Amino acid sequence: MARRRDPVDVVLVGFGWTASIIAQELTGEGLEVLALERGEYRDTVPDFAVPHIQDELRYAVRKQIFEAPRRETLTFRNNRQQRALPMRHLGSFLPASGVGGAGVHWNGQAWRFLPQDFELRDFVEQRYGKNFIPEHMQLQNWGVTYDELEPYYDRFEYLCGVSGQAGNIAGIRQPGGNPFEGPRRRDYPLPPLKRSASTVLFDKAAREAGMDSFPCPAANTSEAYLNPLGVQMGKCTYCGFCEWFGCGNYSKASPQTTILPVLLKKDNFRFRTHCDVVRINTDTGGKRATGVNYVDADGETWEQPAEMVVLCAFAQHNVHLLLLSGIGKPYDPETGEGVVGRNYAYQITSSVDVFQKEILNPFMGAGALGQGVDNYNTGNFDHGPQGFIGGGYIALWNTGGRPILQHYLPKDAPHWGSGWKKAMRENYLTATSIATHGSVMSYRHNYLDLDPTWRDVYGNPLLRLTFDFQPNEHAMSNFLTDRATDIARAMHATSIHPKPRKGHYSIIPYQTTHNTGGAAMGDDPRTSFCNRYLQAWDMPNLWVMGASVFPQNAGYNPTGTVGALTFWAAEAMKRYIRRPGPLVMPS
Amino acid sequence: MKLRRRPWARIGIAVVLALLIGACSGMTAQPSDADAQTRRSPGSYVEVTRGHYLARIGDCKSCHTAKGGKPWAGGRAIPTPFGVIYSTNITPDPATGIGDWSFEDFYQSMHEGVARDGRHLYPAFPYPWFTRLSRDDVHAIKAYLDTLTPVRQRDVPNELPWPFSMRSVMAVWNKLYFDAGTYQPDPGHSAEWNRGAYLVRGVGHCGACHGSKNFAGATDMDHPFRGGMAEHVYAPDLTGSRRTGLGNWSVADIVEYLGTGSNDITSAAGPMAEVVRMSTQYLSASDRRAIAVYLKSLPAARTREHGAQDENDIDASVMRSGKAVYIDDCQGCHMDGGKGIPGVFPPLRGSSAIVADKPQTLIQAVLEGARIPPTRAKPTGLQMPAFDRKLSNAEIADVLTFIRNSWGNHAGAVSEGTVGDLRDTLGSTPH
Amino acid sequence: MAAGMSRRTFLKTTALSMPAATVLMGCSGEDQGETAEYVFFTAAEAAFIDAATSRLIPGDELGPGAHEANVPGFLDLQLAGAYGRAERWYMKGPWPTGTDQQGFQNRLTPAGIYRAAIADIDEYCRSTYGKPFATLPHAQQDDVLKGLEANKVKLRHSPANTFFALLWQNTQEGFLADPVYHGNRDFIGWKLIGFPGPRYNYVGEIEDYGKPYKMPCVSLAGRHPDRSIRET
Repeated sequence: MARRRDPVDVVLVGFGWTASIIAQELTGEGLEVLALERGEYRDTVPDFAVPHIQDELRYAVRKQIFEAPRRETLTFRNNRQQRALPMRHLGSFLPASGVGGAGVHWNGQAWRFLPQDFELRDFVEQRYGKNFIPEHMQLQNWGVTYDELEPYYDRFEYLCGVSGQAGNIAGIRQPGGNPFEGPRRRDYPLPPLKRSASTVLFDKAAREAGMDSFPCPAANTSEAYLNPLGVQMGKCTYCGFCEWFGCGNYSKASPQTTILPVLLKKDNFRFRTHCDVVRINTDTGGKRATGVNYVDADGETWEQPAEMVVLCAFAQHNVHLLLLSGIGKPYDPETGEGVVGRNYAYQITSSVDVFQKEILNPFMGAGALGQGVDNYNTGNFDHGPQGFIGGGYIALWNTGGRPILQHYLPKDAPHWGSGWKKAMRENYLTATSIATHGSVMSYRHNYLDLDPTWRDVYGNPLLRLTFDFQPNEHAMSNFLTDRATDIARAMHATSIHPKPRKGHYSIIPYQTTHNTGGAAMGDDPRTSFCNRYLQAWDMPNLWVMGASVFPQNAGYNPTGTVGALTFWAAEAMKRYIRRPGPLVMPS
Repeated sequence: MKLRRRPWARIGIAVVLALLIGACSGMTAQPSDADAQTRRSPGSYVEVTRGHYLARIGDCKSCHTAKGGKPWAGGRAIPTPFGVIYSTNITPDPATGIGDWSFEDFYQSMHEGVARDGRHLYPAFPYPWFTRLSRDDVHAIKAYLDTLTPVRQRDVPNELPWPFSMRSVMAVWNKLYFDAGTYQPDPGHSAEWNRGAYLVRGVGHCGACHGSKNFAGATDMDHPFRGGMAEHVYAPDLTGSRRTGLGNWSVADIVEYLGTGSNDITSAAGPMAEVVRMSTQYLSASDRRAIAVYLKSLPAARTREHGAQDENDIDASVMRSGKAVYIDDCQGCHMDGGKGIPGVFPPLRGSSAIVADKPQTLIQAVLEGARIPPTRAKPTGLQMPAFDRKLSNAEIADVLTFIRNSWGNHAGAVSEGTVGDLRDTLGSTPH
Repeated sequence: MAAGMSRRTFLKTTALSMPAATVLMGCSGEDQGETAEYVFFTAAEAAFIDAATSRLIPGDELGPGAHEANVPGFLDLQLAGAYGRAERWYMKGPWPTGTDQQGFQNRLTPAGIYRAAIADIDEYCRSTYGKPFATLPHAQQDDVLKGLEANKVKLRHSPANTFFALLWQNTQEGFLADPVYHGNRDFIGWKLIGFPGPRYNYVGEIEDYGKPYKMPCVSLAGRHPDRSIRET
């Protein structure tokens, strides 16, 4: 029997980016807010301090900055004919654990999605007709439009101090920026980062190849930055240890560097670490969330009553919690009915390694120091003749040159021995790689549910992921890889090595931590778990944040959109607390 | 709305009410004899508020609260060259605090350094400074202290060897070094200057740290702001000296520093960070300015023999080794050339704190790290990590010598032994 | 470090649960590697590891290799520690065989895989060549490694290519990780490729396109990690 804690107004499950934003916004409304975090407390000093954070083996290779599968993992299979098996160690994606969540270890690639991304079904049907959509592809609108989200993208970018070059301010094209982006109200808060040798080469080559190159938006500060909350950020020094590390000098946006110095001083905010939420509690009618149950570091279970429950954990963990709690109708791929676990999507990536003669010093970099082209994202080109839906960006990210995991060798280089040594010596300083970052649509047979066999440390069934890349995604990714190869050729390299994404999705190699869906937002309760404000259709005091609500995934890193949606939802919550109830009535 | 209502928006009012209720309940909770009534007369709201303000400027709470202890209940260890003194309980608890003290008792302690029972206080309690407070201001402080929640907690006996353990020693000390007397305005200066002098030389007791002390622990009251040791670190010169003092600071620089914890020249570290966080950030804008105006009027201290040192005097190999450590471990934030990033990471060039006569504050920052105090104006609280595990005593000495003698800085070399001594002291001292 | 406490005991009791840099500062001045006393490997296992990693990254005309960089010492500590024990991995059964896409499904921990595979390989070498791996000529050692890589040599406990991939990955780690983990001694790996180590500020250099970066290598323990180990 769980012991009961004193009730609070709002309980947040998790304490990463979305929880920090919601907490900051709702404490401002006078509510008492509590965040429950399964991991530990972390701050720039001492946890990401320079004397030890730049440790590739410890953090990037042994993955000590991420969640430990021993405590929480999932099972995986490519299709329903297979038996799903546990993901025993991390590989394909790297969810975080600890205060700040993945906001601590992300690169800072802070994109906006395109206007069409939010109304994708309408866009595809209008441009190519209903019949263009492959069977089993569950293409959906988000229920929110780019124009509605624009003010909230702006808020997130100014919170983080994003460095970038605008391409479209209020409908007016800006030279040097992404000409395809949706209109933004004003410029980025900071100018672009300095360019590295390899991004300069990419820029020139992309232009030669006839594409529109621009500096990618970076939540790495190009200059010292004071954000609207009064929190001071440093200035990026291009140390090359962003991705999979905490930032040691306050220059990568994270909850720690943008919100927590203000939030943690508030009397009406509290958080508890090493508290793993295991159930969302509901009233007897199942119409209302009454709080959560969590297990603390001593293994004791507590009931935390709350007037509002906001799920702020990583995408699939939110879905896992809903399934364990019996909230919402679980998705059934047989009938296509149910919403919890539906619309799981991912991204499809590929790369082209480029081997130059000149020294590129790859170790001088930043997580979001990149030069990109967006000519082949969703609606930016006519993909009708190619026969696929979606798209993605192509970019050269100079995230760093960490020697174990970030070295590139030519295709014909020996795998080991003296030949490998020679190849390492000859290529480490002069090689780089172009990445493609492609969208993945949702499909009837890609979904999340509970595993019948394996259990977590609390004896709860693990989440089960059933997912594979579909022909549409392979066709799109191959197209992007070919265009990236065009750029690589224009770099006048000694050699290039295209690495298209082939075959079935594999849980082994790292691809992206951009897992989406499972509790989609939308305008129809039959195909979405929450309404356009991220409020559960059937339980108005339950809200779901993060990429769990994406109906399908776009060809960009998702954090910018996650941040914008969180601010958007926070505004809706402020209306809700004045008049509790559903903010949208199903039509 | 159905959410649980919390009057957060009205928190300010709640605090005021609490203060008033505290004052009233203090009165009613007392025995009903008239004597006690007069001892703990509830101050007016205006007076209590002023007392709260003055108590903050005096940073009374810092010393009168033990680490992790109940606020105002004393017990904080204050290391002195003579032994450890423990601060006392100044909550209005009649048995263990000062609940039984009349105003006159309290005034006598503040003005003369003599407790209610006639015992002499040690000047770790800065009565040589507080003596300058007006009776009105002392009354306000007492009125504020009377509103605190009483805490029953006995004082910790001091750890002083004989003869310092004999309080009577202090009578002699007072005769030699202490002049009681309320501050008398200097008609030759503006009201603003006088207000600044009153705060700095009175309740602010700045010289208690920033002044040099003689063998008996008495501050040189003729020149009380030329820099001195405060616990284990060095509180720098506040006079107009260009190199080590505030000669290159403008009034606005001082105002910003006191109000926010940092300015473009430097940021508060060590004990001063606590002083800013607990005390000076709450100074009113006019008092901050008054203090700055007063400090800017202090004539430069004479150059000391162990002060400036020609770069050529320092061993080139030390400079080389120090530069290597600087590039590897410091330049990430403090940037090439010690430029720092204004508003973020303090510059190391042209900073009086860097070339201070004694390097202990710098050594402590390197060993233990430092945090720019989070203040209302600058809430971030940027931190420098500790390098005690990474850098040896020799490396710390070399890098500090390098920093103190590069980019136009000139100051004495730092020895490996000085670093070692402070490492040992800090390692063995709870703080 | 307490007198009379062997390096082995010290490492077993403290090293593996503490940040490496801290540990190194506290270590006594023994020159591990040459006179290595292993924590995890038996003498026979150590001989195999030294021989195998020396073929994977040999010392040659380009400079020293895995042996000189103390890759065996690195592997020893890794396998004796949290990684060797798969401390963060999900290791609950059952253990059915999966598809290639489903990843690691071996009930053995990395330490267990090494232990079993080294014994299996030496047994294979004895039955094929009459000698354990470590004493074979280089050409035959290379043949065995190629056989493992291509999964042509059959091992009793783990698929040969699974072990080979693990060994090769860990060998690269030992050659290229920060020296605080005892491999990459004297920055042999980093100097080979030109990585200057965990430096923190390239603001002044990032736009010097095409120019080599000149500063010497640093480790998390500074420019002389070995000296830190030996002196303190």
